[in-house]
Amino acid sequence: MAHFTKAKSLYEWLDQRIAIDTLRRVLATEYWIPKNINFLWAMGMVLAITFGLLLISGIFLLMYYQPNVDLAFDSVNYTIMKEVEFGWLWRHIHGVAASVVFLIIYIHMFTGIYYGSYKKGRELIWLSGMLLFVTFSAEAFSGYMLPWGQMSYWAGMVITNLFSMGDLHLNGLVEWIRGDYVPGQAFLNRFFMLHVLLLPLVILALIGFHFGTLRIPHVNNQEGEEIDFEEEAAKYKAGKKKESKVIAFANDFLSKDMFVVSIFLIFFFYLVFYHYEFAMDPVNFDPADPLKTPPHIYPEWYFLWSYEILRPFSTNVGLIAFGFAQVIFFFLPFLDRSPNAKPAHKRGLFFFWFWALVIDMIILTAMGKLPPEGIFSKIGLYAALTFIGLWIILPIITKMEKEVKE
Amino acid sequence: MGKAFGAVAGVGAVATLYAMKKTWDPLPSVKAAGFTTLDMSAYEGNKLVTEKWRGKPVFVLKQTPDMVEYAKKKNELNRLIKVGNDYYLVAIGLCTHLGCIPGYNPDKRSFLCACHGGTYDSTAEVTKAPPPRGLDIPPFKIDGNKLVLGEEGPEYKKLVQDGVTMPV
Amino acid sequence: MKRELKILAIVVTFTLITYYLVEPFAHSQMHKHVEFRNFKYDGKSDIEEVEHKIKVAKEHKEDTTELEKKLEEKKKFWAEVDKISKLKGDATAGEGVYAMCQGCHFEGATNMGGVTPPSLEHAGALYDKKYLIALVKNPAMAMNIDHKFKDPSMHPMGSVMSMVTSDQDIANVVAYLKEKKAGEATPVEAYVEACGRCHADRYMKWTQVGFVPKTKENIKTGQDIEALKFKQKVAEEQNALADYLGKLPPDLSIIIRARSEDFLKTFIEDPQTQLPGTAMPRTGLTQESYDKVEEFLADSGDAKRHERAKLGPIVLIYFIIFAIFAYLWKKEVWRDLH
Repeated sequence: MAHFTKAKSLYEWLDQRIAIDTLRRVLATEYWIPKNINFLWAMGMVLAITFGLLLISGIFLLMYYQPNVDLAFDSVNYTIMKEVEFGWLWRHIHGVAASVVFLIIYIHMFTGIYYGSYKKGRELIWLSGMLLFVTFSAEAFSGYMLPWGQMSYWAGMVITNLFSMGDLHLNGLVEWIRGDYVPGQAFLNRFFMLHVLLLPLVILALIGFHFGTLRIPHVNNQEGEEIDFEEEAAKYKAGKKKESKVIAFANDFLSKDMFVVSIFLIFFFYLVFYHYEFAMDPVNFDPADPLKTPPHIYPEWYFLWSYEILRPFSTNVGLIAFGFAQVIFFFLPFLDRSPNAKPAHKRGLFFFWFWALVIDMIILTAMGKLPPEGIFSKIGLYAALTFIGLWIILPIITKMEKEVKE
Repeated sequence: MGKAFGAVAGVGAVATLYAMKKTWDPLPSVKAAGFTTLDMSAYEGNKLVTEKWRGKPVFVLKQTPDMVEYAKKKNELNRLIKVGNDYYLVAIGLCTHLGCIPGYNPDKRSFLCACHGGTYDSTAEVTKAPPPRGLDIPPFKIDGNKLVLGEEGPEYKKLVQDGVTMPV
Repeated sequence: MKRELKILAIVVTFTLITYYLVEPFAHSQMHKHVEFRNFKYDGKSDIEEVEHKIKVAKEHKEDTTELEKKLEEKKKFWAEVDKISKLKGDATAGEGVYAMCQGCHFEGATNMGGVTPPSLEHAGALYDKKYLIALVKNPAMAMNIDHKFKDPSMHPMGSVMSMVTSDQDIANVVAYLKEKKAGEATPVEAYVEACGRCHADRYMKWTQVGFVPKTKENIKTGQDIEALKFKQKVAEEQNALADYLGKLPPDLSIIIRARSEDFLKTFIEDPQTQLPGTAMPRTGLTQESYDKVEEFLADSGDAKRHERAKLGPIVLIYFIIFAIFAYLWKKEVWRDLH
């Protein structure tokens, strides 16, 4: 039995048993963050808040949603939207947050790419982040099935058909995933299970892991400067806060984060109340009809760029291109052959590579939504080829990069 | 300012908790379904009929003349509902101890709850422990020859006021 | 600070560009613009549709004699409708004509030839005058579904063409409707009379044969025979409708969120513009009665819009205050950090 003395306060009592003081210092008051950062560094906190909004609104939707093919649509659009007090508000928050979270994810991801926050010790942060992106995508897809509207049904049909793997004709696999020949009760129920239990647990675990992989390498900064955190922390603790290059997570970083979050919430709730059709597409307000595909079918906006990479090619080539698009981002830390962990504007050609990628993905996104005809499909083809090309030349241009000495 | 900001956040949290509480409320369709109309002309003396109100069983026992005499003697007439010239026991058929449904014995003119042995007489007043009180009378309104359960008529309000039954 | 504003501007710009391309632009490409005619029923759009069909047929080097005939027919028809609209209608004489209408349009009417004739209780208020004239003169033409009938008298209401024949009679009965059947309709009445014979709305408990009645189940068995009987009536009516129209008209419970306002008003004004070849008839609603139908549909599919409109400003003002306090806290914490 370890020796315990009488504690003089509740705080001391808890500290003796679960070391809350150490936790407080390691995770908050002595978690050193560089001072030289901008509001983009707050996107992580914005994502945490948005995930929280999804979790809480999801809990209240879960009280009334019925995962049954005959009841699902009306349990959402009648019971929740018309009968439940504030049901409409939880639904709007959930739908808008599910869409906006991907906007923030992309901003967060591209901030990391721009500032080189995936290199030199931060590879696991990048990889765990990419795993979170994939898991969030699965979570969004499974959630979209639940209202059982026309888009739910046909997206379910199309995406599960991908697993037939083109000429491999893996129909057995497709049927196994669905639990039936077509998306039906078995399909709806298992995707309900994924959306409500399994994937959220995976996301929570990955978020914990993501934070864990960040702790030792520490947060990056706007100039990519290598900081001696011990030295700067000592300055800070000695009272020389202005000279120190670091700030503490709590309350320095947190207070700035909260301000960014509050601006985000104004924008977010404006969408929830006044401008939500982009997140709640009209096509999904038609109940699922297995005998009629809607004339215009498309995935949610955040999937459009990879959807477009699939479209211009023949079945097998398209599937390979699509598979390539899903995994290539994972390889970024290893395809980037330059020694520089610096912002893109200090990295010569990489700066242009970065903006080319951003613009190319926006073009792919737009073409993914437009009818695949005429000039749109032509632009889509070139944009898809550009995407593949950019990743091929990345190792080449980064190998050529001169080391930035500062 | 941190505390001030925290207070503002607290206001938002309280408002959110309010919305969450309201989301838990029973739905309007549930509340609207909370009315049952009984046609009192359809019952026979000393023949227990179980109706349904808000998902719960409701005992309707038309009193025979000697059952009425019994009730008058025991000063329990106020537990019965008078519709026209007849008296009826109308009570929620859940034992006030822990909620089992008591069985009626028409020969003995008493209810026996199998779970813990509590008994009630023909006006559903307690005659043996452990139930703490007689069977509860649901809110009712007399409408000619009919009884509307779920609506609070003046006779029901008086029963609650006089402590004959507890509000459900 | 300047750099952060620059970064914010870049992020906002790329977001707005992406939004514009994916939403307004893409949707404009997917849904071709359909001209809205402010609920004017003068046959212009009908005639333009046939002219367009002739143009396409000519491009495909097909024979256009039938179409040309149809074009002339429509031009003549709508010119006659216009002529009748200029006559002075006598409502008293019209009442006598209306007696013939009541042969089919009465309370409790059943399915006749595929549809149940709707109540005309508010017909004078709900429907446009020229439309009503056209309807009595030739229902299939007025409804713009004449392409579905080789012989217009085969239309369920086709017999009216042999019952009310003179221009003056038509003017009179329409005058009667406009005078005696023109009480203000509620949104529910507007929907029930103009749409309800074909379109159910389960969220408002409306079926093609009426509102779902309150019934009681047999407590011993849980069976509700009254409800089952009503369901059977609905099923029989829906079968008859689907047989006549080719498919069952969709339930409109949530149509207000499933289609844009633009689509709904141009569609109701002339269904052929949005869904060429559809069996849905033109209904002849005026702007005022369309607004009432729209309100009913909104009560059905967007019931909480008033609550949402009330709560929105409160929530936004709260978050503005929240942001102000967050900013003040940040300023205080960072005073000795910068």
